[in-house]
Amino acid sequence: MEEYLILMRLDILTKEAQPSPEQMQVYMKMYQDWVGGIAAQNKFVGGKGLSTEGKVIKSNQVITDGPYAEIKESLAGFITIKANDFDEAVSLAKNCPILGGAGNSVEVRKIVSVHSNNQ
Amino acid sequence: MKEDELIPHLFRTEYRKIVSVLAKRFGFEQLETAEDITSETFLTATQTWGLQGIPKNPTAWLYYVAKNKAKNFLQHTAVFINKVSPEINNTDLRHDELEIDLSPQNINDSQLQMMIAICHPSISSEAQIALSLRILCGFGVEEIADAFLTNKEIINKRLFRAKEKLREEKIKIGLDFVDIDKCLDTVLRTIYLLFNEGYYSISQDKTMRKDLCLEAIRLCMMLVENEVTNKPQVNALLALMCFHISRFDARVSENGELVLYEEQDINLWNPDFISKGGYFLTRSASGNQLSKYHLEAGIAYWNTQKADSKEKWESILQLYNQLLQLEYSPIAALNRTFALAKANGKKTALAEAEKLKLNDNHFYYVLLAELYTDIDNNRAAENLQKALLLAKTVPDRQAIQKRLDNLAK
Repeated sequence: MEEYLILMRLDILTKEAQPSPEQMQVYMKMYQDWVGGIAAQNKFVGGKGLSTEGKVIKSNQVITDGPYAEIKESLAGFITIKANDFDEAVSLAKNCPILGGAGNSVEVRKIVSVHSNNQ
Repeated sequence: MKEDELIPHLFRTEYRKIVSVLAKRFGFEQLETAEDITSETFLTATQTWGLQGIPKNPTAWLYYVAKNKAKNFLQHTAVFINKVSPEINNTDLRHDELEIDLSPQNINDSQLQMMIAICHPSISSEAQIALSLRILCGFGVEEIADAFLTNKEIINKRLFRAKEKLREEKIKIGLDFVDIDKCLDTVLRTIYLLFNEGYYSISQDKTMRKDLCLEAIRLCMMLVENEVTNKPQVNALLALMCFHISRFDARVSENGELVLYEEQDINLWNPDFISKGGYFLTRSASGNQLSKYHLEAGIAYWNTQKADSKEKWESILQLYNQLLQLEYSPIAALNRTFALAKANGKKTALAEAEKLKLNDNHFYYVLLAELYTDIDNNRAAENLQKALLLAKTVPDRQAIQKRLDNLAK
């Protein structure tokens, strides 16, 4: 089994597109149920959520407020999972609930090299 | 208390206190000596009380005799060192150095340090439990062998090797030497293992098994009562054990069969323990670390609420979602799927259950059967048959057979 990253992109900037507290509760449950399902298969490794604020630095050293929003979608967070192959990783990612929202997307990448400070 | 019950009872409560104080005093390399002196004290008690009757204050008597035996030992050691190395000056022990401190404060501190020393990572976890049972709970070697379903020789070997390790590693006793949180990790795991031995063990002796649970609770209580170790996760573990043990009497029927949760008699649930659990659960809600004990305690709390509410199952589902992310276990995965069925419906749960593929686990097939019931009873029965083939213990087989019988009705 190898590790894959599932990256989630949503519009986290446009004010009107943000969910209400009630909607947020519904989405949170869907998200936790999805991750829980992966964890129940013993395929969950870890996950991180990202702040809505950020900075982008370009090659001319100009710093602008991020997240990288040349497109409407910004990286909201990612989880690391274990899977037997790419197809399996994709089938796990397909059930990510953010895909219920038009314009949202999920990217799957395989982890091929790791720098670690663990002994 | 009847005469012949007094000494075994005192052994259970005082052995560990005296051994811990002596071990702290002599140093861990002398653990065997500490145990020997304590055992001799009880032997003397048995002989003397049989002839002269029980003293007015039996505990004080034990402490007095133990102190004297310990002082003799210390004096002999000093004499020995003196004879062997005459160039060492001043090995005459000062008067206060001979004193053995059996005050309540020192008794508690010593036991705590003993617990931490026993749970040293260089000792295997089975040896940790055996040593805890022997020294901290005053269990006899035969009783420990029974609890592990093994024999005296194996337990003796385990204890011997563990004590050797402690000598080798030159374990320093003292709370300031240790990283408390790391230590607590091991200590809590050992206590939980001890509890599970009593809760799930297949040894037939019911009283013995409840004793194990109660000992685990008592050890955890000691940690909670001490400032240094009174951490949120310790309170969470204590809450968890209180909730579980509240159902102990309802879990096994008169003839030793496991009683399924749905069929348990609520009147046999102990409300005292349930409220204690609630108390410690509240105390655990501090700090910013969510341990797996917190999550399990939350689930255990909901299991003490028999009513089938939406809130109950949604809460349990979310708690299992988090627990699995923290630490996977097949049982948690199965229980999570059961809660999923209650919260999101059987169809969803069945789809997830198929993905679990826990094909050598009989509980997996019991879960599938549960989910197929009233949807496809034939498949339900098939799964129960598979479970029956895989089940290893008599109580488990009986429980599965019962479900099969219920299906047929």
